[in-house]
Amino acid sequence: MYKITKYVLYDIVRNRFVMGYTLLLLAISMSFFGFESDPNKGLLSLLNIILMVVPLVSIIFSTIHFYNSYEFIELMSAQPLSRKAIFLSEYIGVAASLSLAFLIGVGIPTLAFGGGASSFILIISGLLLTLSFVSLAFLASVITRDKAKGIGLALVIWFYFSLVYDGLVLGILFSFNDYPLEKAMLVLTALNPTDLARIMVLMKMDISALMGFTGAVFQDFFSTHYGLLIAMLVLMTWVVFPAALATRIFQKKDL
Amino acid sequence: MIRAEAISKSFGKLNVLRNVSVRLDAGRVVAVIGPNGSGKTTFIKTLLGMVVPDSGTVLFDNQLIEKQHTYRSQIGYMPQIGHYPANLKIRQLFEMMVDVRKNAATQLDEDLVEAFHLKGLFEKPLGTLSGGTKQKVSAALAFLFNPSVLILDEPTAGLDPLSSEILKEKIQKEHQNGKLILITSHVMSDLDELATDVLYLQDGSVQFYKTITELKLETGENKLGRVVAQLMSQPRKSHQNIKTLEFSSLQI
Repeated sequence: MYKITKYVLYDIVRNRFVMGYTLLLLAISMSFFGFESDPNKGLLSLLNIILMVVPLVSIIFSTIHFYNSYEFIELMSAQPLSRKAIFLSEYIGVAASLSLAFLIGVGIPTLAFGGGASSFILIISGLLLTLSFVSLAFLASVITRDKAKGIGLALVIWFYFSLVYDGLVLGILFSFNDYPLEKAMLVLTALNPTDLARIMVLMKMDISALMGFTGAVFQDFFSTHYGLLIAMLVLMTWVVFPAALATRIFQKKDL
Repeated sequence: MIRAEAISKSFGKLNVLRNVSVRLDAGRVVAVIGPNGSGKTTFIKTLLGMVVPDSGTVLFDNQLIEKQHTYRSQIGYMPQIGHYPANLKIRQLFEMMVDVRKNAATQLDEDLVEAFHLKGLFEKPLGTLSGGTKQKVSAALAFLFNPSVLILDEPTAGLDPLSSEILKEKIQKEHQNGKLILITSHVMSDLDELATDVLYLQDGSVQFYKTITELKLETGENKLGRVVAQLMSQPRKSHQNIKTLEFSSLQI
């Protein structure tokens, strides 16, 4: 069914941008583990960079790639292939190449220098973060036909989840700090894939004290295997749901 | 072979196709012509299932095409502009198409691959090709699987005179093999050589759909270009009132 995937992958793997991204991640990881004698500190600094760079690159590259492949997708839809097969082939091609870049750039150095359960969680959450932003990018791309609007929308999504959302949450915390917000905070975290990824790693590293008064709740919830599993499942929903929605829209879309 | 029944399509406020009903039979070469923005490409895309009409149906061999994709194994499509993945080699593109389309019954038709000497360029990445060479690749791919219907969107645009002749000869040959061929083009002399019928679209509706012989008899002209020019200068069937209204409101 996904015969095109192989060729989409061939194409992207040779793309200079993806090569550059891999090298950038590799350079960041190596330098953090080189500077810090304590691998846990290195991991923490790495996490902060990853949470900004990975979503940004994933969403922007996927959106641009989708618009650049538009004529190719058109040609494929004139072949005896279902829309779903075409769309998912493109998705898998992009998602696989960006995941590969992440695994080489962050996964290998982290496993080599960091080690331990928290580096493992870092890799898993980074991968899921990549996938969820690829899904969001594909959703942004099928919503509008115009390339500039699509990229704009992708940037807005990134801004929202990486910068604006935390501000909003902080605002809520300050305005309602007379009320018990612990449960609400858990829900709010689940609504942002970046926060989910961050918390999964932080809790594993046992530094919840840094996180103020809701930290204790998070600690209770996320540091158990059960909580971690839930967090991972919610993050997976962030991968599957936008991708499924985008597929539905694409199936009915005029090309 | 293909029947469109009362298809209408609008993008926002713009009515791109209005109630188009056409029957396209095997063995015909139908030239789809009309001014820019008259709905030619949308019409073609509707037949391919790329655009879903708001109302009306398209039948391929008496089967509704809605939500189907297998019928497209009988169609070869050459798009107006071919953009391919830049880092893929021509050979890989052909391999992929063969992967996607070939079954035991199809015999590959490599006439155009040979005539355009594409084998010599097989290891070149598609991103480095000129517009004309991409056009040749598109043409070779459209004919490769010996489909019973060929849909060619501006096939000769961007081709050098020699390649253009090669392509036209190939189209004539496939016509002789009894295939249905749809061509859109603005080059009337090309269509004069190739087409048996003319489907003239304007503002999304069919102005006329007649054989070339009929048209030439009717107008007394013997060149398609002049025939079309004469028919275009005549008052149009519909939308005339709307146009005059627009003009008068502009003057105010």
